[in-house]
Amino acid sequence: MAKLEFKDISHSYEYSFGTVKDRNKAKWVINDLNVTWEDGTANALLGPSGGGKTTMLNIISGLLRPTEGQVLIDGRDVTDLSPQQRKIAQVFQFPVAYDTMDVYNNLAFPLRNSGYGQAKIDKKVRETSDLLDLDEYLSEPAGSLNEGEKQRISLGRGIIRDDIVAMLLDEPLTLIDPKLKNGLRRLLMRIQRELKLTMIYVTHDQHEALTFAQYVSILNEGTVVQSGTATELYENPKEPFVGFFIGSPGMNFVDCNLKGGVLDCKGFELNISHKLQEKGVESEGDMKLGIRPESIAVSKEQQEKTHPFEIQVIENFGHYYILTVEGCNSRLKVQVSSEMDVSKGEEIYLSFPADKLILFKEKKRIL
Amino acid sequence: MKNRAWLFLLPALAFMAVSAIIPLVTVINYSQNYIFAGSMPTFVGLENFVEVLQDPQFLGSIGRQFIFTFLVLLIEVPLGIIIALAMPKKGNWVPLNLVLLGIPLLIPYNVVGIIWRLFTQSDVGIVPAAFNGLNYAYNVTLNSGDAFFTILTVDVWHWTPLLILLSYAGLQAIPNAYYRAAAIDGASKWSTFKYVTLPKLRTVLTIGILLRFMDSFKIYSEPLLLTGGGPGTATTFLSLFISRKAESYELGYASAASLIYFFIVLVMSYIFFQFISRVGRGVHDEG
Repeated sequence: MAKLEFKDISHSYEYSFGTVKDRNKAKWVINDLNVTWEDGTANALLGPSGGGKTTMLNIISGLLRPTEGQVLIDGRDVTDLSPQQRKIAQVFQFPVAYDTMDVYNNLAFPLRNSGYGQAKIDKKVRETSDLLDLDEYLSEPAGSLNEGEKQRISLGRGIIRDDIVAMLLDEPLTLIDPKLKNGLRRLLMRIQRELKLTMIYVTHDQHEALTFAQYVSILNEGTVVQSGTATELYENPKEPFVGFFIGSPGMNFVDCNLKGGVLDCKGFELNISHKLQEKGVESEGDMKLGIRPESIAVSKEQQEKTHPFEIQVIENFGHYYILTVEGCNSRLKVQVSSEMDVSKGEEIYLSFPADKLILFKEKKRIL
Repeated sequence: MKNRAWLFLLPALAFMAVSAIIPLVTVINYSQNYIFAGSMPTFVGLENFVEVLQDPQFLGSIGRQFIFTFLVLLIEVPLGIIIALAMPKKGNWVPLNLVLLGIPLLIPYNVVGIIWRLFTQSDVGIVPAAFNGLNYAYNVTLNSGDAFFTILTVDVWHWTPLLILLSYAGLQAIPNAYYRAAAIDGASKWSTFKYVTLPKLRTVLTIGILLRFMDSFKIYSEPLLLTGGGPGTATTFLSLFISRKAESYELGYASAASLIYFFIVLVMSYIFFQFISRVGRGVHDEG
């Protein structure tokens, strides 16, 4: 196992292929990234599609050579090495099993390619199939298995090599039947813990990322916006993008203006002077107010410091509702318990707890 | 008839009757008679079949036909795959490549025959001229080997593009993840071809092989126009042999030979059909 590092990595497909000669005109998928993945940790790369996640993963594994920068494994520069030389395993979104071979030979394939002896291969295949609950399928043709089982084979071809330094997973559950997803995810987590593998898991699904990984990096437009544990990302987004991306639904944003401790949201006002003082924030001017749907307090009666909103849409999520409400020149999403009796068009009163408010100025968090 | 749906089938049935069923029944009828133009047919039962199957010329043309078809498949299938693998996957050259490859497929058989006849004509043709340059006296009308391999070359020239296009389409349909996984697993180029490319091409290749088998087994226009079946019987393939017999008014004999020909194609097609359906199940049979 090993520590993986990105040093000043940038990548542009156009510039690398030479279709665009001018460095400044080329489209850069990844911009000057410096990231470290510590030895033996479960990591996730989370971000919207087209954010450069898969490109990053292919650069780590060596399927892609970065236009600029270095990839380090335990401090050693491996930028010019092939995937096999780097000893990195990768599982893809599309479950890959070699159809003409049975499960046994699928698992044995990487070992055969490295020239292992039959006795060693047999031992490793037994161990791996045991770990992945594939023993009963060993003599089955791989083509006859379901997608979940094929994905376990892909995983097995990775972990069967005892020399691998890291395991990369590129949206491994996206194409898997929902019924099989949970089992496979638990299996992944178990394997990560048992083998103490350095794992990097790419996904656009925040639930997958937050439940699987100890450390999550949020990727957008080729840069890592923020890295941290699930709780950190949820509670302390550094940029509006993180607040919006983490949580379902994402954070609400309201354009507003801060002056003299009073936040003017163009329809309602919030006095947050003591909070500003407490945190020592002195900035003023145009801001973006962020608040999570679950942090907004909802009441059916008008009280002090509440603001009237009208219910537009009710979405039922079982034990809670997500309401889309309009009023005070804003449109917000609010989470309420399903025990609350609500109907469309009804007037409700919202209040915004000062300690749950987050302020962004020019995309940077100030409160 | 209660079900009026039959009415809608009538035109198709009538067409089938005129185009296929009636000729087939006629041929079956003829095959049991001695018929020469102008004279009354005499019923002889299976005698024509016995005669055909004992005729060294007929057996010779069957043998020639199998060798020819076998060589066609042996050359065109690997060549098609190799060229498809060498073609660019994307970029400006792709449409041009595809159009160029499509051209031979668009040329009618008889035109192909005439083109190659001009190519191979001993006085003005480019092929004899080229062989002369290599100090080989190529002559398609005198040398049996030259004639046979010329027909083979024409077929390869005419039909390999079909296998290239099929393989190319098949290659494009293989998800990239397979190649990436093979690279991660440290597979060599040959292993990747053997365990990823070839298995994934199996379906299109089976279709290609089936089409090329049936088509090359029916080869007619090219030898007719290029060599006239000669020199001797070197390029007299089955269909040419049978039409010669019919042209010389041996209708009973020709009909019996046709039915045997038909039977061979039927049996071979059945074998291929079995093979195709086994490809579908293939993954279950192996291992």
